[in-house]
Amino acid sequence: MNKISSIKDLQQISKNIRVNIIKMLAEAGSGHLGGSLGLADVFACLYFNILNHNSENPEWADRDRLILSIGHVAPVLYASLAEAGYFPKEELLTLRKLNSRLQGHPGRDHGLPGLELSAGSLGQGLSVAVGIALAAKSDKKDWRIYTIHGDGELQEGSIWEAAMSAAHYHLDNITALIDRNFCQIDGRTSDVMELEPLADKWKSFGWEVINCNGNNIQEILDAYSKAKTIKEKPSVIIAQTLMGKGISSIENDYHWHGKAPSKEEAENFIKQLMK
Amino acid sequence: MVENNFINKGNIPTSFGFGEGLLEAGAKNADIVSIGADITASVKINTFAEKFPDRFFSLGIAEQNCMGVAAGLALAGKIPVFATYSVFAALRTTDQIRVSVCYNNLHVIIGGAHAGISVGPDGATHQALEDIAIMRVLPYMTFLSPCDATQTKLATIAALNEIKGPVFIRYGREAVPDFTDTSQKFEIGKGQLFKEGNDLTIFATGHLSWEALQAAYMLEKEGIHARVINIHTIKPIDEKIIIKAAKETGAIVTAEEHQIYGGFGSAVSEVLAKHFPVPVEFVGMNDSFGESGTPKQLMEKYGMTAKHIIDATKKVIIRKR
Repeated sequence: MNKISSIKDLQQISKNIRVNIIKMLAEAGSGHLGGSLGLADVFACLYFNILNHNSENPEWADRDRLILSIGHVAPVLYASLAEAGYFPKEELLTLRKLNSRLQGHPGRDHGLPGLELSAGSLGQGLSVAVGIALAAKSDKKDWRIYTIHGDGELQEGSIWEAAMSAAHYHLDNITALIDRNFCQIDGRTSDVMELEPLADKWKSFGWEVINCNGNNIQEILDAYSKAKTIKEKPSVIIAQTLMGKGISSIENDYHWHGKAPSKEEAENFIKQLMK
Repeated sequence: MVENNFINKGNIPTSFGFGEGLLEAGAKNADIVSIGADITASVKINTFAEKFPDRFFSLGIAEQNCMGVAAGLALAGKIPVFATYSVFAALRTTDQIRVSVCYNNLHVIIGGAHAGISVGPDGATHQALEDIAIMRVLPYMTFLSPCDATQTKLATIAALNEIKGPVFIRYGREAVPDFTDTSQKFEIGKGQLFKEGNDLTIFATGHLSWEALQAAYMLEKEGIHARVINIHTIKPIDEKIIIKAAKETGAIVTAEEHQIYGGFGSAVSEVLAKHFPVPVEFVGMNDSFGESGTPKQLMEKYGMTAKHIIDATKKVIIRKR
């Protein structure tokens, strides 16, 4: 894939991704809007700048792997894959419908090109990434593994088992990203289950911690560039994002974690995005 | 009087067969890797780890992570073997097996060691009596439950070389009769006729196949001719051999070192209910936890010996139409 480095162009791509997320969720009538919108900038950077991949050859052996651990934000992944040319954008409107390749949570059973992992039960993706990274290291491959996690997901104990093992094996080919939006279904993460001091937790588990504004293209690119330079240990980007980013009327409102817009709301949201 | 074709070559834990199979297949295929969760020696992956240290990953007492890592290794083209006590392999990591392994249909070999009540003095927490029930409901899963050490070795090699998706191999710690031939053909999904007979059929799995044979030989003395079939593949189960036995013998006993609810006997009964219903009696754990004791004491107390199989055959023959 040709890499796009113009900030303006990447911003336009993230806007396209957001519009498609809203359209597909409105059509589906259910799904997770807030987190999907919040991650659109990260995904635009990943699929159009960071990842080495090829939509013409999804199974290319030396591609970087993007492991989405939080399957519920599938819409941002699907919209990004379509934007990158893995399948026609019209197919996005089949999300969550019978016989669709776009399952509510990603399922490889259904043959969607570019999808690396079936996922939906939280806390598993980092372990899978560790397995892929161990295999890459043992085969002396230099492609990388990128994972995406929610902050609420870090309440799963298995994440920390995986974190321990990635550091133990010095897996500097893994860069995790945490969507730090401070929201989960029941409310603020600090009310449901406190995660702070989050950076210290990762540091004490042997990870290099990089902070960035996850809704700022330049900061995201810089964070990933820095991650690639880290040797002998895995890196984690704590990306502070706004749930629902781009639609000012719903930003930072955890009620939009697991909700889809009505058709009227969708029209209004898209108008807000286009301003 | 039917001749005893099976001779106990000596008591060996089936886990030894798993270790040997892994070592033998691993020597021929560099993609085979293994994962340890601290108890590598007791689940018999230590010899592989010593011989191929670069292909062994110690991940500590973190079974959920081990299973996810196995999925990742498989996604990246390796053939991972993760073995631990079956209580942990099948139950602690069920969600990882379901989502990361099965829903991705990955060739991960899961070794369920220390299966059954015959683990003995460790008590109920370590006696896996639910693993067959839980693993066999998962789509894509192949479930192997070989009857002795020799067959466990062959099952392990077959799991590594012949299966494409997830596979669970159940094996035990207690030394049990090693009685099958090293030259036997091990075919995944095929039941094995161990003894002819037309009065009823005993379907057995794991080391209870030996108990079933002993029961059948004793029954011969009473003029009851029991057919004995070893089922080493619980999923996909050999429907043909079950239907044929039901038609020809009209009564079935199942024997397993596992809970009756949802286990091997249930799997056999599903086939019978659908195709050719006949009376069935179940030998297995009767909806309870085990306890500490010697393996022999426990098998006797909880009713999973040749004697209990004989009792079940007598019950089922009375019910036979």
